[in-house]
Amino acid sequence: MSATAEDPFGNAAATPDGGRAATTTGEALVEVRDLTKHFPITSGILFARQVGAVKAVDGVSFDVRRGETLGIVGETGCGKSTTARLVLRLLEPTAGEVRFEGEDITHLRGGALKALRREAQMIFQDPYSSLNPRKTIGSIIAEPFAVHGLEKDKGARKRAVQTLMETVGLNPEHYNRYPHEFSGGQRQRIGVARALALKPKLLIADEPVSALDVSIQAQVLNLLREMQREFGLTVVFIAHDLSVVRHMCDRVAVMYLGKIVEVGPGDSLYGFPRHPYTGALLSAVPVPDPSHHGKKRRLLTGDVPSPANPPSACRFHTRCPKAQPVCSVDDPPLEDKGSGTLTACHFPLTHAELEQMGVRSAA
Amino acid sequence: MSDEPLLRVEDLKVEFATEDGVVHAVDGVTYQVFPGRTLGIVGESGSGKTVASLTTLGLTRLQGARISGRILFEGRDLVALPDSELRTIRGNEIAMIFQDPLSSLHPLYKIGRQLTEAVLAHRDVSKAKARERAIELLGWVGIPDPGRRIDDYPHEFSGGMRQRVMIAMALANDPKILIADEPTTALDVTVQAQILALMERLQEEFGMAIVIITHDMGVVAEMADDIAVMYAGRIVETASADMVFSGPEHPYTWGLLRSIPALDRPRGEDLVPIPGTPPSLIRPPSGCHFHPRCAYAQPDHARIDPSLDPVAPGSSHYVACLLSSEDRRRLWAELQAGRQPQQAIAEVGLPEATA
Repeated sequence: MSATAEDPFGNAAATPDGGRAATTTGEALVEVRDLTKHFPITSGILFARQVGAVKAVDGVSFDVRRGETLGIVGETGCGKSTTARLVLRLLEPTAGEVRFEGEDITHLRGGALKALRREAQMIFQDPYSSLNPRKTIGSIIAEPFAVHGLEKDKGARKRAVQTLMETVGLNPEHYNRYPHEFSGGQRQRIGVARALALKPKLLIADEPVSALDVSIQAQVLNLLREMQREFGLTVVFIAHDLSVVRHMCDRVAVMYLGKIVEVGPGDSLYGFPRHPYTGALLSAVPVPDPSHHGKKRRLLTGDVPSPANPPSACRFHTRCPKAQPVCSVDDPPLEDKGSGTLTACHFPLTHAELEQMGVRSAA
Repeated sequence: MSDEPLLRVEDLKVEFATEDGVVHAVDGVTYQVFPGRTLGIVGESGSGKTVASLTTLGLTRLQGARISGRILFEGRDLVALPDSELRTIRGNEIAMIFQDPLSSLHPLYKIGRQLTEAVLAHRDVSKAKARERAIELLGWVGIPDPGRRIDDYPHEFSGGMRQRVMIAMALANDPKILIADEPTTALDVTVQAQILALMERLQEEFGMAIVIITHDMGVVAEMADDIAVMYAGRIVETASADMVFSGPEHPYTWGLLRSIPALDRPRGEDLVPIPGTPPSLIRPPSGCHFHPRCAYAQPDHARIDPSLDPVAPGSSHYVACLLSSEDRRRLWAELQAGRQPQQAIAEVGLPEATA
């Protein structure tokens, strides 16, 4: 590995662009090392015994720096949502370590875990099922206060909730309404308000706009960026949509079958992707420009293999157009290939190959 | 486009009576589908894009709908056709695939049985022949080892493979028109690319017309020759795909193009959201249906209902907007240069919006 010893998983510091007053200091808020989650597959009814494991996340390491937005992108089943849940300790990791502000939180329990939850919050994909339909939105947003015994005075709590509602662009007078009275975009705003109630340091957004109509997505994306600016949040943004991730994130990690195959600053990753899977993803994104029609693209063949029985060594070798015999024997480490990202590949893509794949870089 | 249209939809209206009132799901829509070409119908949920297509196949008839207008297919009006005759067209000459391939396949029947059923519904052939045909179809749509996979159940296929099976089923009787309703929305991006490529290949081979219904401007850019943009039950803009993307003239189309981050736009550029939410189709807004969400709306736009007119005499680019074509072109140029709507309005010298 040619990256520096003290910061092995965050190469060149992200360049915060003008619009986003990111206080990216390079200091890690979250450090994830060799994080692993295997879900057991059991057989038998009375005496269940484990016959295998779904390797949902299999040795993932990355840092989330203070003030940055880290994107995690990948297709269904790549382990991106599981990773998020592991970081928040909503799932128990099988192995590995998660550090939050330098403290190992992998085995926190009880009060200490509850304290962590004040610092790290989550927004979910589906604004319909993530809000209790029987509660008013006032009490939904106030729930974090109730859980943590804050703002005990009724009037103060209501004021705090209404301030939050105003911050996320909801009408504070709608305090006593129920979720069904709101549209999808407004519900996602409620989810954002609830997540921000405790002024967390870390916000994990798991596909926050994929259930929304196109015209509404921009409203929520803009809101998230405003909130990040206003509250100095560190954000982990999980999505399958590469264009949205490029728009939102300073650094991006690409996952395939439970592993990170490429990670780096957005400009480098989109400008010169080195992992053939990153290249294939970018090549597959439809470009809203018919003059691009009929562009050469490299279609991946076949389906994603089962995470219960992943391919040996480099997991992409069964679908990779550049695979050589070594790829099924020797698992490539994430390392600097001289273009700004860390790439886990024996044969990283070249400019000429990207051109052949019709990947148009606009970094 | 010298060809005669295969399908002509004229002033189609579909209304549903509900407890809350009458839903004007499709409110006077006119479009044409040409042989061998692809029409992209773009819109959000509730824009009427799906209902219009379901009506073509008579699939909205049972729900207490009021349907008016004409859908002309090979000299017959599908709106007026009795169910028995429509059944000979549906799944035969006009076929449809849906968004969710899992719920469109019966989970308890083998793929083969469902495919042969589609063949036998319209052809008088033996079961053995139908099975042969089914295997052939699976091969066409790129299912490896079709002779064996034909005896698998739907749950044994991945999402992309299921959509291939649905396409195979739609192709069973060599349809002249394939209607694809959000065919790739439930799929991952690499699988989406495979399915879109498959549809294009099959169109080249069999020359069928495709109507692709989607909310994704990237997908229509990839697939469509012609585009119709729908909003609140109406077509607000229609033209060739090249025209819609190079010079869109409806503010809603601008919104669709600029509210979504695109890989070919500068990184970090501000998005231009469309404010508000799609309107109720029970009591749609007065005047131009889009005016409450339009940054460029003028006071009288809440009163006057624009008709879908050519942008210039004789043009095949139609827009339903009350702004002048010249203003629209200048506004779009400003937006393309990265300006926000308010700045664009100031540059063009339009009075501030009142909405």
